[in-house]
Amino acid sequence: METSGAQAAQTRRPISASEGRRLLAIEGISVRFGGIIALDDVSFDVAEGEILGLIGPNGAGKTTLFNVLSRLYQPNSGEINFDGHRLLSIPKHRCAVSGIGRTFQNLALFRTMPVLHNVMLGGHCHTSAGFFNHALRLPKVGREERELTERAMELIAYLDLEDVAMTPVGALPFGTQKRVEMARALAASPKLLLLDEPAAGLNHEEIGALRALILDIRQRMQVTILLVEHHMHLVMSVSDKVVALDFGRRIAEGTPAEVQRHPEVIRAYLGDSN
Amino acid sequence: MVNETSTLAGAKIAAPGPRAQISPRVWKILGILVILAIACILPLGLSNYRLFQLTLALVYAIAILGLNILTGYNGQISLGHGAFYAIGAYVAAILMNTYNVPYWATIPIAGFVCLVVGFLFGLPALRLEGHYLALATFALAVATPQLLKYKAIANWTGGVEGINLLKPDAPAWMHVDSDQYLYYFTLAITVVMFVIGWNLLRGRVGRALVAIRDHPVAAEAMGVNTAYHKAMAFGVSALYTGVAGAIGAIVVAYVAPDSFDFLLSIFLLVGLVVGGLASISGAIYGALFIQFAPNFAADLSKAAPWAIFGIFMIGAVYVMPGGVASFVQIVWDRIRRMLAPARGT
Repeated sequence: METSGAQAAQTRRPISASEGRRLLAIEGISVRFGGIIALDDVSFDVAEGEILGLIGPNGAGKTTLFNVLSRLYQPNSGEINFDGHRLLSIPKHRCAVSGIGRTFQNLALFRTMPVLHNVMLGGHCHTSAGFFNHALRLPKVGREERELTERAMELIAYLDLEDVAMTPVGALPFGTQKRVEMARALAASPKLLLLDEPAAGLNHEEIGALRALILDIRQRMQVTILLVEHHMHLVMSVSDKVVALDFGRRIAEGTPAEVQRHPEVIRAYLGDSN
Repeated sequence: MVNETSTLAGAKIAAPGPRAQISPRVWKILGILVILAIACILPLGLSNYRLFQLTLALVYAIAILGLNILTGYNGQISLGHGAFYAIGAYVAAILMNTYNVPYWATIPIAGFVCLVVGFLFGLPALRLEGHYLALATFALAVATPQLLKYKAIANWTGGVEGINLLKPDAPAWMHVDSDQYLYYFTLAITVVMFVIGWNLLRGRVGRALVAIRDHPVAAEAMGVNTAYHKAMAFGVSALYTGVAGAIGAIVVAYVAPDSFDFLLSIFLLVGLVVGGLASISGAIYGALFIQFAPNFAADLSKAAPWAIFGIFMIGAVYVMPGGVASFVQIVWDRIRRMLAPARGT
């Protein structure tokens, strides 16, 4: 990988506009918690191979949308089409199988498990040996374990985690844990990767590395990425398209430059001067 | 910027082989073989009464391993495993007494019955967390002895009197007496149950159970069917405890409602915590503790054995906060580290 993150961002190919097939279509999603409207009739599309940045002030509904996409919340209305399937009719635990992987805003790792097992659990949905197979250690178990370990070790090497592969995750520094989460999300070979504030808590250097990593993952693993992020410089430099939410509504959509200039976005972030 | 970022995003896909960790593993296998060898020659040097106690310790070890699958690995607390032990014991006793089923054949049947009962109990328990689950399982423990006395089923259960059984004789070719035979019989089943437990817990199923304990939401998002795994953890856990109950009935040759009061459930939990949560070997240490510590306490003081036993418990968790299993691991690691430089030079 010779190109740096910054260069890659500058020579960004307009995948979304010209060649991209529609991978994810969010249509009129609304989520209410009691009297609070977390998402209000939100619609947008994500094209295959695209990096779409989702921005908005705190409480705008970004994480709620992620939780709807990973089937942790059931929306009150609306429809989601993912890769030709109606996502909302797939049972929760089949969601990862369908090809959506994610990371969490405040790390959601399995703290007592070593890094390797965390990443292997990411591939849980592509294996199927259950209690009976395991109790007798039938050949299927050995085969699946070998494949899972191999795939996990590849990702561990890719994310520079080899030295801590057998360390329980809870004992690792924050930045390292974030890389473990990324490896775990990639272990399911997702078509769509949801990254919830991957830059939060990282220092300047780590954010530079993260930018390069996001671009490299997209290219190397043919992943479409939906990125929630407060770090504006990062969002604007990696995203092909940006969607802005405020109070659960979509207030702007377009290229990073367009969204940055959009009066509604400026008002949401800086307040109304009049 | 270019150099800074290249470490993270750089191409390093060359997969390394699993780290060379052969030596601890070989040590572990050697340790297990040594312990097994000792377990096999023990009957030669022990009185029949001590051997009987040791047999019961093995029975408890199976039960505690079962509880560990549920509580230690999957994070669901149970204060009612004595109930599953009782069900296993009664299924075995009734099959032997009323239906003349051979004693060895009652064990898998008792296990299967408990698997089904445990799974069914695990389904509503899905809605309960932490303290509430503790209460629900405790209810099971306090209700069981009285349900066993229920008149309508007294024809099978023997009511308050319980059921007296015949101790199985040793096969002639083994040249051992009945107590020694039951010890070897129990030891063999214990080994089988521990190997199955180890198989279950070290692979995909074990990872899913621990993942649910550590972070249920993330586990669900990774595609783990948490409801199914939690209910199955309950079922498998009950299966283990039921198998233990069945062997217990055969070894003691007697079942009665009051042998399965709630104290049994609490003792299993004590054994689990003292031995070590989420540790397979911990089940053995915990079983030895609940089997022998009360006797030892009674030897020390006839007047206040429970007070002495209480001191043992507090002492155990104070000195070995992670349970005996993790204490043994720490000591063993320290010994190896002390030996390592000497060997290196």
